[in-house]
Order: sequence, then C-alpha cells, then structure tokens
Amino acid sequence: MSLLFVENLAVSYGNIKAVRGVSLKVDEGERVCLIGANGAGKTTLLKAIVGMLPPAKGSVHFAGQSITHKPSFQIVRLGLAMVPEGRGIFSRLTVAENLAMGAYARRDDAAVRQETDAMYQRFERLGERRNQPAGQLSGGEQQMLAIGRALLSRPRLLLLDEPSMGLAPMMVEKIFDTLRDIAARGVSIFLVEQNARLALESCDRGYIMASGNITGAGTAATLIDDPAVQEAYFGA
Amino acid sequence: MPRSKRQVWLTFIALGMMLALLPFAVDFGLGRSWLRIMDLALLYVMLALGLNIVVGYAGLLDLGYIAFYAVGAYCYALLASPQFGLHLPFWAVLPIGAAVAGLFGVLLGAPTLRLRGDYLAIVTLGFGEIIRIFLNNLNAPVNITNGPQGINQIDPVSLWGVSLGKTHQLFGITLSAPHQYYFLFLLLTLLVVFVSLRLQDSRIGRAWAAIREDEVAAEAMGINVRNIKLLAFAMGATFGGLAGGLFAGFQGFISPESFNLMESIMILCMIVLGGMGNIPGVILGALLLTVLPEALRYTGNLQRAWLGHVVIDPSDLRMLLFGMALILVMLFRPAGLLPSRQRKRELVAKGDVAVQEQASVYDAKR
Repeated sequence: MSLLFVENLAVSYGNIKAVRGVSLKVDEGERVCLIGANGAGKTTLLKAIVGMLPPAKGSVHFAGQSITHKPSFQIVRLGLAMVPEGRGIFSRLTVAENLAMGAYARRDDAAVRQETDAMYQRFERLGERRNQPAGQLSGGEQQMLAIGRALLSRPRLLLLDEPSMGLAPMMVEKIFDTLRDIAARGVSIFLVEQNARLALESCDRGYIMASGNITGAGTAATLIDDPAVQEAYFGA
Repeated sequence: MPRSKRQVWLTFIALGMMLALLPFAVDFGLGRSWLRIMDLALLYVMLALGLNIVVGYAGLLDLGYIAFYAVGAYCYALLASPQFGLHLPFWAVLPIGAAVAGLFGVLLGAPTLRLRGDYLAIVTLGFGEIIRIFLNNLNAPVNITNGPQGINQIDPVSLWGVSLGKTHQLFGITLSAPHQYYFLFLLLTLLVVFVSLRLQDSRIGRAWAAIREDEVAAEAMGINVRNIKLLAFAMGATFGGLAGGLFAGFQGFISPESFNLMESIMILCMIVLGGMGNIPGVILGALLLTVLPEALRYTGNLQRAWLGHVVIDPSDLRMLLFGMALILVMLFRPAGLLPSRQRKRELVAKGDVAVQEQASVYDAKR
C-alpha cells in the first residue's frame, strides 16, 4: 500500500480544467518529484492533495485512508506536511515562534523542545536568529525555516512546492542537500519543481506534468537519460 | 533588569492601593461627575480589550463591535426592568447577556469566515447598523425594545441584596453609587485583563497570531482556522456583552442611540492609538480616549482665563483637538503609544529587501 495514492484527480477553476485526471503514488521512504513547465497544474495538484482546493473528481488516499474531502488542518495532523510555494512564513513572528507553529498540533512539549534544539544545530543560522522576525531572514533561510517548521509536525510525507524558487544557486544546492538528509531519516518526499535536472538528481522517481496531465513517469535515472525530457526540461 | 519577587509584590500592592483610593481622590478633587466618567472609562477598557481579541490578536477588522455591547445591554434591560415586568437577579442577567452576545459573535463570524480586511470591515459595519436599527424598530407590531424611546428604570446592579444604586456606609466611609460601581467594574476589568493575558500566551493565542499573519499557512500548520476565528468573534463579543450589561445596570436607561457607528469607531481608535495587541497599550488607549474628550470640555474656562472671553465654542474645539491628537499620535507613534512586540518589530524591519539581498549573498558564500 502506497503512503500517498492519488487516483484520477481533477481540479477546475470555474470552466478552466487545471488538473485533468491525474494518478500518482508515493511509497513509504520514497523521494518522488513532479516536474513540468509553468502553468502545467503542479501547484494546483498539490493544493488539491492537501485539501486547500476542492477536487472536481477523483480521490486521494494517505496512509490507507481517504483524505479526498478532508479539511487541510486535519490532513496535516495525519502526517502530511506541506511547504507551500513562496514559503508561507509568518514574517512578523520570530524564528522560534514560527517553529513553534509547526508543532501546533502536537502535545508532547518536551519532545518538541528537543527537536527544536536539534533544528537549531542543524540550521545554525536559524539558531543564531531565533529571536528575530522571520521576515528579516534571507530567502534561503526562510526556505530552511519553512522546511524546519514543516518537519516539526513530525510528518510521514513532506510536500514541497518549488523550494528552489528565487534562491541563489548555492542556496539551492544546500536546500537539496537538506532534503536528501531528511529522506535518509525516513521521511518520504514529494517535490514539485521547475528545476528538472536538480529534482531528478535527488529523487528516486519522477512524474512529468504538462497542461494538467501526467505525460511521463519513471525512475529518475531513466527520465534523466530520456532525450525528450532532456530537450523539453533541461534546456540549453 | 532582574526584579525580585518581593519587588513585584510591592508593586502590585502599591498599584492595588492606588486603584482603591483613586475614586475617593477623584470624587474629592474633581467631583462626582468625574467619578462617573471613571466608571465609564472602565467599561470602555473592557470593551477595548474585547475588541482587541478580534482585531489585535486574530487580525479581523470589526467595525460593528458596539453591536455586542448593545446586545448585552438590552439583554440586561429586558430581563431586569418593568419593560416585561421581569426582575431577574444580577448574577443571572449578566452571564445571560454575555452569552447571548457571544452567540451573536458567532452569528456574525460564521457568514464572514471567508472575508478579510476591507471586505470584512464593511460586513461588520453593516452588522452593527442592523442591530441598532432592529433595536430602534422592534416596538411594533410587538413592543420588545420600546424603540427609540429606549428602556427606562432598569434595575440597578444588586449584590447579595445590596443595591449599588444607593449610597451605603461601610466602616464609616460613605460609598455613593458611582463609588460602588467603580469597585465592581474594576474587579470585572481585572478579570477581563486576566483572561486576555492568559489567552495571549495560550495555544489559542498562538493560533490567532498565525491566522493574523497568514491564514493559508496557519491552516497548513494544522490549525482549524474556521473554529479559531469563530472563537475570536465569540470571545470578543462575550466581553462586549459583559460590558453592555454593566452599562445598562449603571445607567438605568438605554436607547439605541448609545450604540451608533461612532462608538464602534471610538473603540477601534482606542486600541489602534494605545497599541493593537498589547494589553497595557489597549488599557491606556481606552482610558485616554474616554477621559480626553471629557477634559477638552474645559477649554472654555482656559480660554476665559487666558484671553478674557471664549473665542471658540468648547464643543466645537473639543472634537477638533481630539482629532488632532489622534493624527499626531499616529504620525509620531504609528504602532500606538505602547506597541506590541510584533508591531515594534514590523517597524524595525523597514528596508527588509536590502537586508535580504545582502543576506542571500552571505548565504551563498557560506
């Protein structure tokens, strides 16, 4: 049984069909990416998975139960955390307050404190700036904060929407190193990216999305070598 | 600055003594009318703290807040006056009024869950007016609210058979009605302050802060945005209803006129001027904005003393000076007189973009 199982999911904005019957899955411990051009429907698909948009048809199952029509906040509590596009940082709250929000649904305060301290060691810059407003962090630091905050909800699956967007190349490398690290510790990852090469290089499998449909799928290695993928997504 | 426990206690005791002696000093020095103004000021502190939950904590701009004050006041008036011949005891009427107001809070909150900012402000403004217009017109075909005439002869607050409407002697001290109401209001204000403080540092308070900052991200943290928002409306409205009930008992007479839009705006001004989201700031704002307009009535005497005669009618000058004071505070202390931590940070965080760009370069080098 897959951890995340999406079947024939469709989402519409009024008359516009943004996602037209998408099926995909993420297994326990797997790193999966979804690549595609701007406007392919990737973000819409993610939002529908986590309950932020109502699906027109199809179903989403997570850890064996249907989450198709569940509200977002309940889905998060089941262990599916999302790092939204544009990071969704609480910019006027401090770094520490942001991290505390990530653990909002948890009651085991002692463990939360321990994990938060571990987070500060892992991301030194966050530790140094824990009492500063998150809005003052750099883009890369904010992305780290968003990931750290999502991890504090103790997710089984982490959904990331364009974590590389707007970041310096070296910072992007760092974010992807972190993601590999997280996966190595047993958290499954489902990553939506425009930066196809980087995404495929750090994942096990990939899906390709274009105009609301899945147009290709396979192991990361085969997709990287696929000439059609190379031409369409790696560019010059 | 480290403070010992003893110092904290001493501060508390000194503050308590001051608050206890204040009504006697005011009564002696400024007169009975000022004592009544102080009673009203305490009601406004409660109101402002209630609205602060909705606007300051949860970030929901409510321009019809006075409606809950009205609901609380009318509940009290209808259940303890000759209007229906009902004279329920204070301890029953006050909670009923607060609860009904809380219910109205949910009633307002439910249809406006998806609205934010300006849109929410317009709907709440409409809600406030609807309540007032209802109160104004519910005298026909069945007379419930007595319409624009309002409700008269409301029972004064009575505790354990002691009516606060009458003068009493206690340990040789003469306590007039405004004195007694002062102590009752002070006690309940302290309760409201206490609840506000506890809410601020609670899980609920954190959830409100998250919603205020970013609703979508809050939902992604596992916060039930709908319920937490409704709770903010309900809590704020309950405080409003509490203050309303006290107002009815204190005044003995209420009419729809007391609950107009200007009052809602005034309460909003109190928290904006004092410092949104910060309890001491909100209290200061409420006290200032109750006392200042009253104090400005005395400009006539000042003019006579300085210029020999009254040049500008004090009632004209009053609102002019008041408006100017508001503008000046907002110019020089845009986050309020005593801003909350977050507001302060927001103002410090100017030039964010430059800082961010520099930091990105720094990241890349690391």
